[in-house]
Amino acid sequence: MESLSGRKKVLEQKPMTFMERIYLPAIFKGMGITFMHMFKKKETTYYPEQEREFSENWRGMHSLKRDENGKERCTACGLCALSCPAEAITMTSAERQKGEEHLYREEKYAAVYEINMLRCIFCGLCEEACPKEAIYLDGPIVPSEFLRKDFIYGKDKLVELSITDLEAQKGVLA
Amino acid sequence: MELAFLIEKVAVVVILFVLTLTIAAYSTLAERKVAAFLQDRVGPDRAGPFGVFQPLADGGKMFFKEETTPNGANKWLFIAGPSLALLTSFLGSAVIPWGQPINFFGRIVPLQVTDINVGILYIFGVVSLGVYGIMIGGWASNNKYSLMGAVRGASQNISYEIAMGLSIIALLLVTNSLSFKVIAEQQHGINWNFWYQPLGFLIFLVCAFAETNRVPFDLPECETELIGGYNTEYSGFKMGAYMFAEYINMFVSSAVMATLYFGGYNYPGMDFVNQHLGTTWGPLVGVAVLLGKILAFIFFFMWVRWTVPRFRYDQLMNLGWKILIPLAIANIVITACVITFFDKF
Repeated sequence: MESLSGRKKVLEQKPMTFMERIYLPAIFKGMGITFMHMFKKKETTYYPEQEREFSENWRGMHSLKRDENGKERCTACGLCALSCPAEAITMTSAERQKGEEHLYREEKYAAVYEINMLRCIFCGLCEEACPKEAIYLDGPIVPSEFLRKDFIYGKDKLVELSITDLEAQKGVLA
Repeated sequence: MELAFLIEKVAVVVILFVLTLTIAAYSTLAERKVAAFLQDRVGPDRAGPFGVFQPLADGGKMFFKEETTPNGANKWLFIAGPSLALLTSFLGSAVIPWGQPINFFGRIVPLQVTDINVGILYIFGVVSLGVYGIMIGGWASNNKYSLMGAVRGASQNISYEIAMGLSIIALLLVTNSLSFKVIAEQQHGINWNFWYQPLGFLIFLVCAFAETNRVPFDLPECETELIGGYNTEYSGFKMGAYMFAEYINMFVSSAVMATLYFGGYNYPGMDFVNQHLGTTWGPLVGVAVLLGKILAFIFFFMWVRWTVPRFRYDQLMNLGWKILIPLAIANIVITACVITFFDKF
């Protein structure tokens, strides 16, 4: 039949020549190729010490953002949890009290916000669902742990550091 | 039998035993390193500098893993299988001459456990026994896949032993001796048997790959077809014994090839070195040369493993029976004709 694409190639099944039938020349050729690979540059990245470069839109660990005044943006609306296909996110909301205006941007906030990193598939749907631009997957690789419970990340690990925290950290370093 | 003789033999045996174990253990690391280098990787490098403690870590892991015995298994044979595999692989190194007799504080010590005058027959006997380790292990597991793997291993070893034996007969025509000691002494300097028997060496090499169950003839082990092979039901230290036996086999067959075809401890310029270093250090250089040859062969085994894909089972049998055996017989005829010709005229 005529080939529609015009790219069809018919391979002829020729009987092997004597040199091909004794295998050895081909084997030595292959061994030469593998031997040359010994002197090539190694592709390995020594992971914990070295990290390979990530692309701009790479999705890593989540972080809960603060606004320009250092207040938490999350209002515990639950849209991220609803959009999560892996059901990794859970939260408990609470009402902002008097005197906490400098901590939370709106009257409602997430008292508990947990992401199970073993369930999370890093699809980024929570990021897309968030109406307050409060969650982004812009962190590093999630580190390994020995226990399952240690993979449930609470607000202590997720919330971005505030300006005062950063300054306190600098003070410790200085 | 005097006491000094006994001590001397025990010392040689113990050193040889430790040496064999060490080289076999580090072969496991070398295998992974060579594989990595041939594939542009780094290989294990976390346990100690460049991963030198990796064999210890692997051994510790093997030792402390849970060992299971299948319900329907024959308990005794299940233990006998790996033990036999390990035992027979060790036995082969007894007749290899590791160097010229060494002057050790005024006493001449031959660096060979025992010089049997039919050393080659002994090696063949021991190598043939190695099949029992695989066969018994596969049989005792009471698992059809293990049995299939064992049958494959047994039939492969038996087929390639014939070609191996025939290639050795041609070598015997050249050397006129079955003793390893005499064969090693004949190859003084660079008068190696390889120059007289290149085809015989090639046949022997291919058969050695088959006898040690290495790629491209590693049919007894096959995850996709046999869920592992003859060692499917083995775990823990027994599994480790099988793996270890494979590496010791590789070491011993490398030693045999180096001694039979590549001069053993002989190297060009050895007379000069012996004159200048004396009778204590001179032979030790020879031992180092032999070890170098063995390590080169072990590297060659690994290099081939990570280059060549395996044979199909019918191809394996075709190669063994239809190509190697006729080739080996032709080699005998040609060698015999040439030797007769040179003797007569």
